[in-house]
Amino acid sequence: MSVDKQTVAKIASLARINMSDDALERMVPELNNILAWVDQLGEVDCTGVEPMTAVIPNTLRLRDDVVDADPLTGGGIRDKVLANAPAAEHGFFGVPKVIE
Amino acid sequence: MTDLTKLGVAAIRNGVAAGEFTAREVAEAFNANVAAAAALNAFIVTTPDHALAAADKVDTDRAAGRPLGGMAGVPIGMKDLFATQGVQTTAASHILEGFIPQYESTVSGKLWAAGAGMLGKLNLDQFAMGSSNETSYFGNVISPWRRSDGGNAALAPGGSSGGSSTAVSAWLAPAATGTDTGGSIRQPAAFTGITGVKPTYGRCSRWGIVAFASSLDQAGPMARDVTDCAIMLGAMAGFDPKDSTSLDLPVPDWAGSLNADMRGKKIGIPREYRMEGTDADILKSWDDGIAWLKDAGAEVVDISLPHTKYALPAYYIIAPAEASSNLARYDGVRYGLRDLPEGAGLQDMYAATRSDGFGDEVKRRILIGTYVLSAGFYDAYYNQAQRIRTLISRDFENAFKDCDVILAPTTPTAAFALGEKSDDPLAMYLNDVFAVPASLAGLPAMSVPCGVNSQGLPLGLQIIGKAFDEQGVLNAGLAIEKRAGFIATPEKWW
Repeated sequence: MSVDKQTVAKIASLARINMSDDALERMVPELNNILAWVDQLGEVDCTGVEPMTAVIPNTLRLRDDVVDADPLTGGGIRDKVLANAPAAEHGFFGVPKVIE
Repeated sequence: MTDLTKLGVAAIRNGVAAGEFTAREVAEAFNANVAAAAALNAFIVTTPDHALAAADKVDTDRAAGRPLGGMAGVPIGMKDLFATQGVQTTAASHILEGFIPQYESTVSGKLWAAGAGMLGKLNLDQFAMGSSNETSYFGNVISPWRRSDGGNAALAPGGSSGGSSTAVSAWLAPAATGTDTGGSIRQPAAFTGITGVKPTYGRCSRWGIVAFASSLDQAGPMARDVTDCAIMLGAMAGFDPKDSTSLDLPVPDWAGSLNADMRGKKIGIPREYRMEGTDADILKSWDDGIAWLKDAGAEVVDISLPHTKYALPAYYIIAPAEASSNLARYDGVRYGLRDLPEGAGLQDMYAATRSDGFGDEVKRRILIGTYVLSAGFYDAYYNQAQRIRTLISRDFENAFKDCDVILAPTTPTAAFALGEKSDDPLAMYLNDVFAVPASLAGLPAMSVPCGVNSQGLPLGLQIIGKAFDEQGVLNAGLAIEKRAGFIATPEKWW
């Protein structure tokens, strides 16, 4: 399978990455090279083979059902959560207006 | 007095414990080497005070007769993919420039608790995506090695843990952390003549490591020799409830159980790894490795890993797919860069921030990942790749019915020059052809230096083990190390 400039523009928009016309032009052959190369995976007969979900058998655990079971991932650390925000205001993340 | 920067982890720890020198003297010596090596660009930030404070604590504890940790007095380099409290953590990206974590990653926290100190945050390929350390926003890392042809071409230290490999091989640190998603510990270790271990998936907590491809990412040690790696891995590993894929298993005493006697062990030689285009020097080093393990008492058996050629293309679907999902968090809202053009709305802000903040290789992989996960292509690409991952994993299971560990080259060539492959993403990806299969199967694997090629550049041999059998991998590595007698070191030019 291969992509054209319009498809790359669509993917870039889905991935929320601005790309100039030049950048799109450059990306088309690069992506097509990679996609042509991964197409060889189609040769492999995978009938009856389940897609891998866990590489090492493991069971998902439930944490204890208590508040702040682990203080590092618990609550009450608003200032730390906001410490690196580019525009924190009044204890919240600031974003541009989203209501049209 | 001996040059303390020529000592490894075990020698430093034991010397400090015995009072032959102080931890502070060690930290000062390495801080000085780090400060004098700016030309290598191995560090994004240096943290000499962190190293000194940790050293002083060890010296105080020793004077007070308190027990010392397994890494006591050893200053290390920390790959800048690990969140370090109060110290900028960037993943070598512009989008995280200035990010100061409010918490410590589990692995780095364990190392500090074991008495290690931090010399600085090591450069890497941006978001660990690369095999040459040429995708960092903070510039290329230069390998301390040079070809013996007198040409002085700047060589790649490998990637993504290129700052780590350069720091250890240039005597700036006795050891460093690495992370390995598709070879990012083993390939740079091979390129610079050091030892690096990727443990079984889940051995080291991923909590606080900037995520690239979560089903593949594993942290591991990079150091001068097998013993040092075993000691450091012991300090890094262990169950962590904060990582849902962390293995709830005791951490074995790998360093204490090292044994280079290979009698009764079977070494598998995968015939599919004898690929066209593999360098003659690499093939010779592989034959040397086989002879050394036989000499150590092992029996050598031919094995087959039939889906090997599909590992790399499957990896370049799975890893970008996971990356495109993981990197969706960089939105200019919660941390990192924000680019808000005049009058822009929220969606425009996302797109502008991500356009400015990500480098070309990161964008390329996000786009591939977005494409293969998009409606209509998900089954043909992503599910097919995951099915092939199952087959690759089965290949290893079958092979391990006939052998205990697998011996293969780490890389198809020795280090290449910076710029040599950076215009051709596919050629760059092919560098990890021998490393990726073990990553896809989650198996422990290491690279151990085995000699130099005709240009005087180091070569590495890879040992792949069964899941949870880091000991078997380390033991075979030690048997090779004892026989390879690798002592080559780069001549100082920086």
